[in-house]
Amino acid sequence: MSQAAVEVKNLSVSFPGHGKSVIEAVKNVSFKLTPGKALGIVGESGSGKSVTARALLGLAGGQVTADVLNILGTDARKLPDAQWRELRGGKVAMILQDALNSLDPLRPIHREIADALPLARKARKHAAVEALRRVEMPNPTVRADQRSPQLSGGMRQRALIAQAMIGNPAVVVADEATTALDTRLTRLVLDQLHELTTQGIALAIISHDLAQIAQVADEIIVMRHGEIVEAGLTDQILERPSHDYTKQLLAAVPAGVPRFVPLAREVSQGATPQAGLPRSEASRKATDELAVEVTGLSKTFGDHVAVDDVSLSIGKGATLGLVGESGSGKTTTARMILGLTAPDTGTVHIFGEQFTPAKEIERRALRDRIGAIYQDPLASFDPRYSVSQILINALSQGTTSRARQYRKRAEELLETVELDSSVLSRYPRELSGGQRQRLAIARALAPEPDILILDEPVSALDVSVQATVLDLLDRIQLETATSYLFITHDLAVVEHMSDTIAVMTNGQLVETGIAEQILNHPRHTYTQELMAAAPTWGINRAS
Amino acid sequence: MHIITWLARRVGAAAILLWLVATVIFIAIRFIPGDPAEAIMGGPGSQASAEALEAAREQYHLNEPILVQYGLYLGKLATGDLGTSYAQHRPVAQVMAEMLPATLQLTLIALVIAWLIAFVMAAIAARSSRIGQAMGTIIEVIAAAIPHFWLGAMLIIIFSTWLGWLPAVDTGTVQGIILPAVTLAIPLSGFLAQLMRDSLLTAMNSPFALAARARGASEGQVFFRHGFRHAALPALNLTGWAVAASISGAVVVEEVFARPGLGRSLLGAVLSRDMPMVTGIALFSALIYMVVMLVVETIEAFINPAAARGDDQ
Repeated sequence: MSQAAVEVKNLSVSFPGHGKSVIEAVKNVSFKLTPGKALGIVGESGSGKSVTARALLGLAGGQVTADVLNILGTDARKLPDAQWRELRGGKVAMILQDALNSLDPLRPIHREIADALPLARKARKHAAVEALRRVEMPNPTVRADQRSPQLSGGMRQRALIAQAMIGNPAVVVADEATTALDTRLTRLVLDQLHELTTQGIALAIISHDLAQIAQVADEIIVMRHGEIVEAGLTDQILERPSHDYTKQLLAAVPAGVPRFVPLAREVSQGATPQAGLPRSEASRKATDELAVEVTGLSKTFGDHVAVDDVSLSIGKGATLGLVGESGSGKTTTARMILGLTAPDTGTVHIFGEQFTPAKEIERRALRDRIGAIYQDPLASFDPRYSVSQILINALSQGTTSRARQYRKRAEELLETVELDSSVLSRYPRELSGGQRQRLAIARALAPEPDILILDEPVSALDVSVQATVLDLLDRIQLETATSYLFITHDLAVVEHMSDTIAVMTNGQLVETGIAEQILNHPRHTYTQELMAAAPTWGINRAS
Repeated sequence: MHIITWLARRVGAAAILLWLVATVIFIAIRFIPGDPAEAIMGGPGSQASAEALEAAREQYHLNEPILVQYGLYLGKLATGDLGTSYAQHRPVAQVMAEMLPATLQLTLIALVIAWLIAFVMAAIAARSSRIGQAMGTIIEVIAAAIPHFWLGAMLIIIFSTWLGWLPAVDTGTVQGIILPAVTLAIPLSGFLAQLMRDSLLTAMNSPFALAARARGASEGQVFFRHGFRHAALPALNLTGWAVAASISGAVVVEEVFARPGLGRSLLGAVLSRDMPMVTGIALFSALIYMVVMLVVETIEAFINPAAARGDDQ
């Protein structure tokens, strides 16, 4: 076995909490990074995985202690800041998640990539362009001069990788580098990360998504509440997980799980247990009746054709999965179905009644029958409204946010989405990501809609939280025969949730059909490419 | 957008804005009680004869219908003629030209001092503890809320009367401008610091700052490469307002420190109902505001080209 590039033994990181309390973010974590190998660190948000990763660069903050913290032969336990900076600029690099803000929006990306290099101005820029070329950035010379708002999500992620690679590091830490990217980009970034290990770099890859990590990592450690609950070779973790939490994480991955089979093994705290609810295909209340019928929708913005002649239909109590990459026109289609964007041509019928085009006053009654849920619920809540105000406002159709008579109904809604009524007095920002999405669902359910448009509803959530929200959506559909238009870039999610699937690219619907057929026998070349990029790996479902 | 079209649009917009301002001033002046003819003849105390008043009305077209007066007024403005001061019996433009350098000097120095104070305050506050930040907020709010006349009086008491370091009234020397400029700058710096500290904190805690640290940047580099730019943007945005605020602040400060200047002339003109003078100074202030905004937008476009082109996200 080769010499370890990084050795960590009993690493602990703590932060001062309220008053004199201490928050132990990381407790006694030990692992090694080996040149040419990738270590995956898996866990939910708050599991301490990012703090662990940052400790390898001396950026954890807080109080760091360890029996061994050896980075490339340097004892880094009491390293002065100047020496840390030397390590960070050269031998140890980090790839951050592209949260739109990982590159300074005010600076050209060539500066963001190369400003640490000890070279003259011109040489630095040249090096940045070269680094961009190596990560296959299209048009690197032009892109180098642009700023991050002018780049697409995939280009920004490439720039972030280029930034990490420019100093020829020996150790690379990738923190959620594939989160929120669509299938093909994820594939591409994972391939590039894998490429790093073949160049002899010691890689640590951090994610909440076990499925993604498993494609690159040789070994995996699973973290929860700041501790390692399980560690082992990737195959071993996937096939013979020993810890319950690892099994739970594996079960939460929706890929290959049949419709309506619950993903979450453990009902989250404060939730109402669903006693004896039959959860199977047989108990569905779906009929042949069409809930939504869309014909020939088109929309052009300036000279950009956003949506081109899209026709689709959703049955009562059924789910249509709408798949496509960012910029494919999914969201514009959803907005036109919701009656929020007027189409240039085309019609939308809801339960046989014409919804678009129609005068606002004529279709107002129909609006109650169709609701929407978005990726970022926090942005769609008024920050000054408490949970009860949000729900009462929705129940009273916006006429009041305080009336007592709606209180009971608000509590019932919370019960439906498995939230405790104690959250009524709290504010959205005080809730966790999963709780917020439940609240968004509760609000959408207030007018008792027959149709829900779900636009990337679980894309911002950890896989384990995503599982509980998907289970909830399944249950609501079984109980109320609500129809879903489920928009996502995640093929595993769409496979688990959809009866029929529509595939969009460049504003056009290239393929529509029964889910099973699209997934297993795609006809259009684009769909075939998409399926090829999807993660393929085996999980022992029998456990 | 092409630079020429952009500039042409700007100038067009400025012309329309100036016309609106001129109209508002024209209407506002009609609502001021009292006989303008009396003001021309030296105010109510002058006991001017009926004939003299009538002659003044004739001379200044005060007997014409209101629309004709408006037309004459706009026509004169369009040719750059601001009229003759009632009180000083000299062309308004000439009076303003004499006063302008003093006021511009005062407001520019005050702006620079305000930016420096705000920047230092924000930088200190952003790097200090929670208690330090709370203290910073309190200092900023107090600074922003102090009225100029009180602050000016206090500074005179401390630095002139007690310490004797600086003159209490303007002497035309370098020492003479320090107290008035600081008086004008302190409340302004309170506003600017609040804005800067907020965006500075956001920038220093953002993922791109973390990314910079991860590639080996020191705290100082993170501060100057990233934090400072983000902090300067909102404060720059406010600078147009700040210039307008310091000109109106100059009204008080010039009076307190007995400095000649536009502000003091404006105060005198309003008190003696010297309408051409008021009109001239008000229009000129609007013009300065527009020029400053143009400069500010150009600097912003330099810092953040994406936003200037309107393709930010």
